[in-house]
Amino acid sequence: MKADIRQFKQRLGFSLLTAMAILTVIPIVAVVIYILVLGIPAINLEFITGFPREGMRAGGILPAIVGTFYLTLGTTVFAVPLGISAAIYLSEYAPNNRATQLIRIAIINLAGIPSVVYGLFGLGLFVLFLNFGTSILAGSLTLSIMTLPVIISTAEEALRAVPQAFRTVSISVGATKWQTIRKIVLPQALPGILTGVILGLERAAGETAPILFTVAAFFLPRLPNSPLDATMALPYHLYVISTQVPGMPIKIQYGTALVLLIFVLSMNLVAATIRSRARARRQW
Amino acid sequence: MKVQARKQPFLKEFTITTLIKIAGYSAILFVVMIFLFLLLEGLPALRQVALDSLLSDRWYPVEDHFGILPLLGGSLLITLGATLIAVPFGIGTAVFLSEIAPRWLREILKPLVEVLGGLPSVVLGFLGMLVLSPYLRVLLDLPTGLSALAGAVLLGGIAIPTVVSVAEDALDAVPKSYRDASLAMGATEWQTIWRVTLPAASSGVLTAIMLGVGRAIGETMTVMMVTGNAPVLPRGLRDFLSPARTMTATIAAEMGEVANGSTHYHVLFLIGILLFLISLVVNVIASAVVFRQKKRQDRILS
Amino acid sequence: MLPEPFHHIIFVMKTRWLAIILLFCMLIAQSSCAGHASPSAEKSTHLGTIENKGSDTIVNLALAWAEEYQTIHPEVHLSVTGGGSGTGIAALINGTVDIANASRQIKEEERESALANGTEPVEFIIARDAIAVIVHLDNPVDYLTLEQISDIYSGKISNWLEVGGEDRPIVRLSRETNSGTHVYFLEEVIRLGEKENTTLFSRDTLLLPSSEGISAEIRQNPNAIGYDGLGYVTEEMKVIGVATAPGGDYIFPSQATVNSGEYPIARDLYMYTNGQPEGMIADYLAWILSPDAQSIVTELGFVPIKQ
Repeated sequence: MKADIRQFKQRLGFSLLTAMAILTVIPIVAVVIYILVLGIPAINLEFITGFPREGMRAGGILPAIVGTFYLTLGTTVFAVPLGISAAIYLSEYAPNNRATQLIRIAIINLAGIPSVVYGLFGLGLFVLFLNFGTSILAGSLTLSIMTLPVIISTAEEALRAVPQAFRTVSISVGATKWQTIRKIVLPQALPGILTGVILGLERAAGETAPILFTVAAFFLPRLPNSPLDATMALPYHLYVISTQVPGMPIKIQYGTALVLLIFVLSMNLVAATIRSRARARRQW
Repeated sequence: MKVQARKQPFLKEFTITTLIKIAGYSAILFVVMIFLFLLLEGLPALRQVALDSLLSDRWYPVEDHFGILPLLGGSLLITLGATLIAVPFGIGTAVFLSEIAPRWLREILKPLVEVLGGLPSVVLGFLGMLVLSPYLRVLLDLPTGLSALAGAVLLGGIAIPTVVSVAEDALDAVPKSYRDASLAMGATEWQTIWRVTLPAASSGVLTAIMLGVGRAIGETMTVMMVTGNAPVLPRGLRDFLSPARTMTATIAAEMGEVANGSTHYHVLFLIGILLFLISLVVNVIASAVVFRQKKRQDRILS
Repeated sequence: MLPEPFHHIIFVMKTRWLAIILLFCMLIAQSSCAGHASPSAEKSTHLGTIENKGSDTIVNLALAWAEEYQTIHPEVHLSVTGGGSGTGIAALINGTVDIANASRQIKEEERESALANGTEPVEFIIARDAIAVIVHLDNPVDYLTLEQISDIYSGKISNWLEVGGEDRPIVRLSRETNSGTHVYFLEEVIRLGEKENTTLFSRDTLLLPSSEGISAEIRQNPNAIGYDGLGYVTEEMKVIGVATAPGGDYIFPSQATVNSGEYPIARDLYMYTNGQPEGMIADYLAWILSPDAQSIVTELGFVPIKQ
């Protein structure tokens, strides 16, 4: 009898969880399909490679695409070397003391700071105080600091996952610590590190609040020439055309959303592929 | 001779090690810089605006009403709602993925959930404005669908992938032997999940929840587009169905307009300090809880 | 030398990234070639950039002007951003913008701030605007007096029944506080133009971040009432006739009624520069005040300045 009740409970519980999972997944699929269906009519070569016309109600969104690309590039330049180095420090060098704990707390805090506060900080420091103005430079620097915690935590995890034996063997044949890291540990951890970097950059590409005051322009139909130029950007552009411009054709709005989605999803895809292949081919 | 051969690589090694060390400490540098900067620009507000004015319930900066309470209340209300949605669905889905779903299904669904996490918030806000809020208005017969509820639903949706990802990893990391031992003793899979696996993964699961909550508090664009932005102090759970205004939306909407150095400017930075402190507190509590859990686990395992 | 699986991963990554980078290079190359179809000045000498920022009411007009001007003068680059009148004026005070767009006049405190910062704002009236009061198409109410509108927005009237409509709660929509339109509405409608009046918007007024936010809600919510520049009114909403006093004529906003002064909620739209404009900026402003540019004003639903 008791066994029956337990079986019944289990059946009920499992069904409930399955229902929850389905309820969670269905809206995701629905959202993607919705954007796809309503956005595809807008996608053509002109949309992706042309400039906005007629008050941005027609033409293309190239400046926004290029702007987002440059911002992502800028973020990579600043955040990746710094983040990976910090991760190397935490994983390979840092002693287990107060100072290291402090660093970890700092990283967790950086991760928790709301994106709009980063925007405030970026405005005050990079745009006004350091006088970079609203520029790709200011925007990238702001986004870099925001992306840092993600890169550091995933990179550190990837480095830690490399078995200690690899390091021991390397040192025992005479390599220095840095040589060990550079030639053995880092390459082994690279897939994990790359996954983290890509996921971090994906978030940077999609964020609006940090770029609101630091780089984004409403209408700038020229490609940026230097890091000190302001530029249009995809997330801000979507916000603008869905809230500021009357009579905006629905397909342009959804088309822009679709482009942003594709940009972000393809990064997701690359990261997921690297991760699953690395998992399958791990040497330990 | 041996000493000479080591000198050159030693210098290079030393420089690189120092650079790495500096990089390691940079995280602290940034946090401190951000906090100091916020303090620098936000504390003057305390001198310029009387404390009881700041604690009033009227936010109308155009006429020098700087009552922060409605904003704080709005943020807390919406975050609460988002947590109530994200935790059950997030943990439930994580448990499903990790313990119940067959491998092939998991390989499909896990990336799918991560897709939701990658959706830019402005896309969700946009859909929320055009699809969710009219739907809520009709479904619940509200004056308007632009409400705290709409914000909570969307934020919950945004937090779910974070919760699912981290919780699922944590559940996955629980050794198979735990489950096997439990089943061998006669427990059903259901009982195993709730009494063995989940508690074993509790530190990871709690981290997942905290990260999700953190994401919800900090969200800006989505709430700006669907909550109506009316600075009304919420007085009870009924106010879920009314419009609300969050601290984040306030900063985003008003920062552009303020003249550098004006009272309004300083008050917005003060709100920034508040947001920073709230996320700090959430993180500290989370770390402490996780730490305590880990200690308990270590004791049990050793 | 490197472990075997790593070779494979590197190869996969390299080809994938290579493909993505190649794609982008192609896109950028194509866009430079397509440059003559765009305002991009690759082919002509670049004289300078004019930064134009401010009112969201004016932004679409400023955009249309910028587009048109750049086809006539491709050597001048124009960058247009919104953010609200307050944003534009703040930027002018901070010295980060050449022309500030404002749908309200600069305030005394702002003028003082500017002078303290070494900036001297010079005002130009570049168009006129009517503020339309809008409701859902199915809303039976057609007319309201100024006082009724004021009472609705200050919270004294909360149900459509009280103004001759259906039994529905009134949902008040407004622009954000950084909007010149918002401030103008506060001073001229809610406070009925009285300087000593300190009535405020009712607390539960929805502060929507833009005109489109208001339009989206009005289009689908029969409980809503909103206000915005005439240029933002579409056929999917109903415009209310406004009477200055009870018993007076109900006037609908239009070019004619604004110019004749009959429509009570009309205002001037401004551009501010730092000191008297010279060179490029002076030419641009002169063009804006010319009949060519003013015809664009009419096209967009605003009211051109009296010639």
